[in-house]
Amino acid sequence: MIEWFAWVQVIVAVIAGLLCLALGASGHEPDDFSLGAVLLVEVLLLAQLVVALIAPAAGNTPSGNVLEFYTYLISAIILLPLAGFWGLVERTKWSTLILGVAALAVAVMVVRMLQIWTVQSA
Amino acid sequence: MTECESSRGGSPNLVAMRSFPAPTPSRPRSSRGIGGVLIAVYGILALAATGRSFVQIATNFTHAPVAYLLSALSAVVYILATVALLQRSTGWYLVAWVTISFEFAGVLTVGLLSIFDGQLFPSDTVWSMFGRGYLFVPLVLPVLGMIWLATRGGPGSAADGPTGPGE
Repeated sequence: MIEWFAWVQVIVAVIAGLLCLALGASGHEPDDFSLGAVLLVEVLLLAQLVVALIAPAAGNTPSGNVLEFYTYLISAIILLPLAGFWGLVERTKWSTLILGVAALAVAVMVVRMLQIWTVQSA
Repeated sequence: MTECESSRGGSPNLVAMRSFPAPTPSRPRSSRGIGGVLIAVYGILALAATGRSFVQIATNFTHAPVAYLLSALSAVVYILATVALLQRSTGWYLVAWVTISFEFAGVLTVGLLSIFDGQLFPSDTVWSMFGRGYLFVPLVLPVLGMIWLATRGGPGSAADGPTGPGE
């Protein structure tokens, strides 16, 4: 796991989450802004998956539990499409709030992933 | 042979209502409103609990069997609660009450035990220290869930939007 790239994901996920919460709170249905922001986070997560698969070959090995790391990563990758799908099915401001909550949850999960990768027995 | 049937009969009303085709068929017209957010948070917690217990049991089950089995149990309960909240039939409404009450009892019991008897739970579960590892969401969520269930009422109540089986 590349540390700066992990923090990019965290920051983008937090911004996307706050954006969606703000849009939802002001009564917006899921639109290009909220869904686009979440899509961006998803793309970063997929890039993270590639990075995680390649990094050990480049000498960047995880110090913690690999299985736990991938459980978090796969969960995060699954989570956003579910929230996005919900947003497409139920077009209300509440779905925008759900997008925000999911993005913030992903931010927490990426922090946790970084801990698992870098800190022994975290 | 039929005695067990009568012993768990419960209220005849419920049995009768359950044999209806669910009052809200495929696509509910009314929005779930804030309940949708609640369900989403439940879903995330279900995912978190499932992931954690999967890792714990797959890696070193013998280290803390009690805590790990509890993790698995809580994962199942969160999944059940999420599904139950999504459904609107009478049966699922009851399942939602049971699972959410169980969660609340679980987080309080395990929270207390993990403070007073650390030996019993050497490894964390979602409910350890009242769910501190999950920003206390496991402690707050059942309360919000019960408030929502109580205000929404059962299926067919006025708050639940369209009721007629035909429409």
